[in-house]
Amino acid sequence: MLRFLKRWFRRLFAKQDVKLGLYGPPNSGKTTLANRICKDWLGEELGKVSKMAHETREIQMKESVTIKSKDGRELQFNLVDTPGIATKVDYEEFLKAGMPEKKAKKRAKEATKGVIDSIKWLDDMDAVVVVLDATTDPYSQVNITIIGNLQAREIPVTIAANKVDLRKANMKKIQAAFPQYNIVGISAKYGKNINNFYEEVFDLIGA
Amino acid sequence: MVTFHVMGYHEIEKLSSLGRIRKLLNLAKDNKIILLQGRLRPDEEKELIKATMEEINKEFKGIELAVIDPRDRVKDGLQKFKYDMMGLVLGMQTGITIIGSANVVKKIKRDPSKIELLTKDVKKKKKK
Repeated sequence: MLRFLKRWFRRLFAKQDVKLGLYGPPNSGKTTLANRICKDWLGEELGKVSKMAHETREIQMKESVTIKSKDGRELQFNLVDTPGIATKVDYEEFLKAGMPEKKAKKRAKEATKGVIDSIKWLDDMDAVVVVLDATTDPYSQVNITIIGNLQAREIPVTIAANKVDLRKANMKKIQAAFPQYNIVGISAKYGKNINNFYEEVFDLIGA
Repeated sequence: MVTFHVMGYHEIEKLSSLGRIRKLLNLAKDNKIILLQGRLRPDEEKELIKATMEEINKEFKGIELAVIDPRDRVKDGLQKFKYDMMGLVLGMQTGITIIGSANVVKKIKRDPSKIELLTKDVKKKKKK
């Protein structure tokens, strides 16, 4: 009942240019998910993905993404893909991955700026999907800080546990870490469970 | 050698948010591992990460951060009520925060009610 009322109020006072942010730690698959959404509904990708952390170092936005629900409802939003939030950036990690020193230092500098931009944009979001890598430890303080800030600002949030196609994925651990949130297990890369994710987005934004 | 700095909440209680962040970050940059009684507010944690990013350079790689607060684990029932009441009285003084420079702390593992701190060897530069 409470959920229905929340949705009804949100629909009543719905903004025209809803910003849906994708937040999370580096390498959790935010850009892969953004690409999946854009490819499914606009037929084009948003950004480059890589196995190396901090591939996305600038905020990327795709305006006017319209998705449709199973029962024919439509929802339009501006999709904001953000650089991964981290508490440390070490250029030596990029060196180890085979990057030349100059490039590694530049990447580290851009990555720190990207984290700052992500944090600055956080309060401007109307709804957020926190994208977590289901194969890694969900108890990282970065995840808790992001979610804690969204909760404090009463910004609707849902959790996408990505990479469930991998054997190491542990949905139960994520559910145990964030029991008060809706969690949808997906594989952004292969599109697994992506329709349930879209239904969750409808619920999140309240359309 | 790893140096722990155990800090009571009273040490930061009267400081502004910026002052708290500055104090913690300066200690972390000094390669100390801070064990703080209590925790920062979510917006202060966010600002701590932002301030850390602004100061990353060749010598300082960032921080490792973890918080254990019983209030995070209990979501319903009488226990939640108990912790909520405790929160009203103690404010942000419940729980423990661990902050360390990424130069000395390799990783902080939460499991979720215990914390494991894995440290690195710090290479000291020889003065010429």
